[in-house]
Amino acid sequence: MRLTLKVWRQAGPADRGGFRTYQAHDVSEHMSFLEMLDVVNEDLLATAEEPIAFDHDCREGICGTCALMINGMPHGPKHATTTCQLHMRSFHDGDTITIEPWRARAFPVLRDLVVDRSSFDRIISAGGFVTAPTGSAQDANAILVPKDQSDLAMDAAACIGCGACVAACPNGSAMLFTAAKVVHLALLPQGQPERSRRVLAMVHQMDAEAFGGCTLFGECEAACPKEITIENIMRMNRDLMRATLRDRGDREAEALA
Amino acid sequence: MNFDANIPGGPLDAKWDRHLADLRLVSPANKRKFHVIVVGSGLAGASAAASLAELGYRVSCFCFQDSPRRAHSIAAQGGINAAKNYQNDGDSAWRLFFDTIKGGDFRSREANVYRLAQVSANIIDQCVAQGVPFAREYGGMLANRSFGGAQVSRTFYARGQTGQQLLLGAYQALERMVGRGSITMYPRHEMLELVIVNGRARGIVARDLVSGEMESFVGDAVVLATGGYGNVFFLSTNAKGCNVTAAYRAYKQGAGFANPCFTQIHPTCIPVSGEYQSKLTLMSESLRNDGRVWVPKAPGDARASQNIPEPERDYYLERKYPAFGNLAPRDIASRAAKEACDDGRGVGPGGRGVYLDFASAIQRLGEPTIRDRYGNLFEMYERITGENPYRTPMRIYPAAHYTMGGLWVDYNLMSTLPGLHVVGEANFSDHGANRLGASALMQGLADGYFILPYTIGDYLAGARLEAVDASHASFRAAEQRATARLDRLLAIDGARSVDSFYKELGHVMWNECGMTRNREGLQRALRRIPEIRSEFWENVKVPGAAATLNQSLEKAGRVADFLEFGELVCLDALQREESCGGHFRTEFQTADGEALRDDAHFAHVAVWEYQGTDQAPVRHVEPLDFEFVKLATRSYK
Ligand SMILES: Cc1cc2nc3c(=O)[nH]c(=O)nc-3n(C[C@H](O)[C@H](O)[C@H](O)COP(=O)(O)OP(=O)(O)OC[C@H]3O[C@@H](n4cnc5c(N)ncnc54)[C@H](O)[C@@H]3O)c2cc1C
Ligand code: FES
Repeated sequence: MRLTLKVWRQAGPADRGGFRTYQAHDVSEHMSFLEMLDVVNEDLLATAEEPIAFDHDCREGICGTCALMINGMPHGPKHATTTCQLHMRSFHDGDTITIEPWRARAFPVLRDLVVDRSSFDRIISAGGFVTAPTGSAQDANAILVPKDQSDLAMDAAACIGCGACVAACPNGSAMLFTAAKVVHLALLPQGQPERSRRVLAMVHQMDAEAFGGCTLFGECEAACPKEITIENIMRMNRDLMRATLRDRGDREAEALA
Repeated sequence: MNFDANIPGGPLDAKWDRHLADLRLVSPANKRKFHVIVVGSGLAGASAAASLAELGYRVSCFCFQDSPRRAHSIAAQGGINAAKNYQNDGDSAWRLFFDTIKGGDFRSREANVYRLAQVSANIIDQCVAQGVPFAREYGGMLANRSFGGAQVSRTFYARGQTGQQLLLGAYQALERMVGRGSITMYPRHEMLELVIVNGRARGIVARDLVSGEMESFVGDAVVLATGGYGNVFFLSTNAKGCNVTAAYRAYKQGAGFANPCFTQIHPTCIPVSGEYQSKLTLMSESLRNDGRVWVPKAPGDARASQNIPEPERDYYLERKYPAFGNLAPRDIASRAAKEACDDGRGVGPGGRGVYLDFASAIQRLGEPTIRDRYGNLFEMYERITGENPYRTPMRIYPAAHYTMGGLWVDYNLMSTLPGLHVVGEANFSDHGANRLGASALMQGLADGYFILPYTIGDYLAGARLEAVDASHASFRAAEQRATARLDRLLAIDGARSVDSFYKELGHVMWNECGMTRNREGLQRALRRIPEIRSEFWENVKVPGAAATLNQSLEKAGRVADFLEFGELVCLDALQREESCGGHFRTEFQTADGEALRDDAHFAHVAVWEYQGTDQAPVRHVEPLDFEFVKLATRSYK
């Protein structure tokens, strides 16, 4: 098939950037979206234009590196599918496809379609872990976890940190990403000791980055390639509320004493 | 070159404990005076960085991805082995050790492999404590599955995303220490040079992939955890960014490279669909627990799978290897698939594919059970091929997957260069000539959590290191080497793309040095690769500049290294005149087509020493002594 691509080009963070139009010929339906871009980039080599920069690595839908806004949808039209796993059979001959980077204040564009998502790492760094230094663990089967609870934790832990939720959200909020980690750990016995301090620290960091607030639009859930549900946000909000009240209660008790 | 493996004496099961007692310690107050550079944030690098920081060392950690969580380990699907014997099926450290030694076709060190089996149980404990959501039974205990090359069920897994969950555990531990200020993380940084000062590894030169700036980092020890070189074949199951650059540049600085020809071809990958193909997708080996591999009995049988009746199907693994059946080790299963296709019995476009059929498992267990076990893999298959594996069998074909070879290390995981430690897939250590499924994750985490943190202390406690900073002549020279190379790549301004050369190299490597090898083919490759390389340096076109984010330049640098390194792989394959594990020389096979080892001449590690540009490298030998197991012909029949 033949396609017209409108691609966001931006030389660097300070550049204003804008769309450029390219033609893609001989696109096979079996190609992945990124393989289609590879071919476009090979063709660009014959011109004075530099290849289109885009992030990718595993091309298996698991590393969370690829991140393209395709026709206004994070990762494109196919449900529960990352950009690298999107195949051209989802498009038709003659289509015009618009390709942009994630648009969010907390994800500044570095070049073309490449953005800086280090804010996600800082949210994890603030509290998205269980403090279990190497060597301190007991026998694995000494901790029992009911299967359904473990399965729920795994559902949340499946987040690949791609940022589609932020890109989809009209507020540019990172609630789904943050909630996925909070809930994964809150559902497990190992996560209990730090449960309150974790949610407070992570949400605090999320607010300190340039993410917007959550008003439960639900766009994040629809865009998530790993089908992380908005239920996680509810669960996190409950934990957050409890932790905040407990935190305040403790401080008031301290003040009284 | 010093090849003393430093293996402690005594009985096999007491070596590591004894060694631990002998290792020198760095006192808690002194640990923070030492700065360790860890290159790589996969399972091996992240676990090492976190553990070292927890001990009190100052750590800098590097990766080329935008976040350490995206290292290639994230893609591992099937599981991680550990000798827990939770299934009560007779597993033990000895059995895991023996399976690994045998699976590696008796080309690995007994002492290292035994230690790996010993610490395997601690890994599961550690990961569970971190909150890794391994699969569980209804009673709340951990679940296990079986993997190729083993007759016990010792593989722990988290759906089809085991690598992801293990890596996130290690990444979270790493980020915790970043938050505490003891690890400085450098994402989007690529190590381009190793810096040696007075014979010791003292730092690296890395390029900031966003600004293009070249920077020196000084440390007291360097740890390479940079993964494997499977991408030398161009098409492989590895992530696109996987490369040999860090290991190869260390080799050029004098680190010995061991057994580069020991590469693993994985039997269950989605077949190539066209010229544009950029990578191959693995379908986890765990699928072979329930999937049956077959091809039509008659060559050229073009009927659709459902129209081929049972008696006209050849379940060739079950036929040839009744004891292990569909769970025969990878090298054997891959070669058997190639044989079937070479016979004209392959299926799908181009005839390069075999069926992996779940019909009988679905009939026996029901679709929901199969969905529960492999749902995400089935979905992935359907997304890529547009076919539904619940209805029609999967089509699979072998693809380059893993590299057993790597930088030589001793029992302390130190390379031939003092101060340079190598962990994870980047070293050559534990898998001999073939790795068993679910053992790479185990090795990476064993190295990073439970071995290196002790052994590096011994090095630091014993080394008298002079104060050095980035203005030292060795750092200046390394920066210049790295910069000059990039400038040279940009200046060529030829007519061909980097990928066109890369594909050409991959083609040669796959055809002449892939699943089967022989003298003529390898000699052909050794003539052809230098030709491709010299054309590359005259005619490649690398657009853009050095001082910006430039993905073409990054790729060109990696491909340039593969163009040298590929030659080393072929040279090693040529000189190893035997067949063992993944290294199958057609001249050396038994009457029924199995690998024919030559223990009298090749029961050793081949270690290559760099001699300079356009000089033939020197091949050294570290003999492998088998004190505790009897060398036997590997049989899975
Ligand atoms: C698809 C797939 C499935 C697999 N499934 C399994 C499985 O089920 N079980 C199993 O045991 N094994 C499996 N393996 C193998 C296993 O995943 C790998 O061997 C293992 O994860 C390697 O870990 P590592 O830490 O050594 O390296 P990697 O995870 O590859 O990490 C390498 C790190 O080094 C960094 N790096 C590399 N070069 C540079 C440089 N020049 N400068 C800076 N940083 C650099 C990278 O950024 C990255 O952080 C699988 C492999 C593949 C490809
Ligand atoms: S490239 Fe890894 S998820 Fe798309």
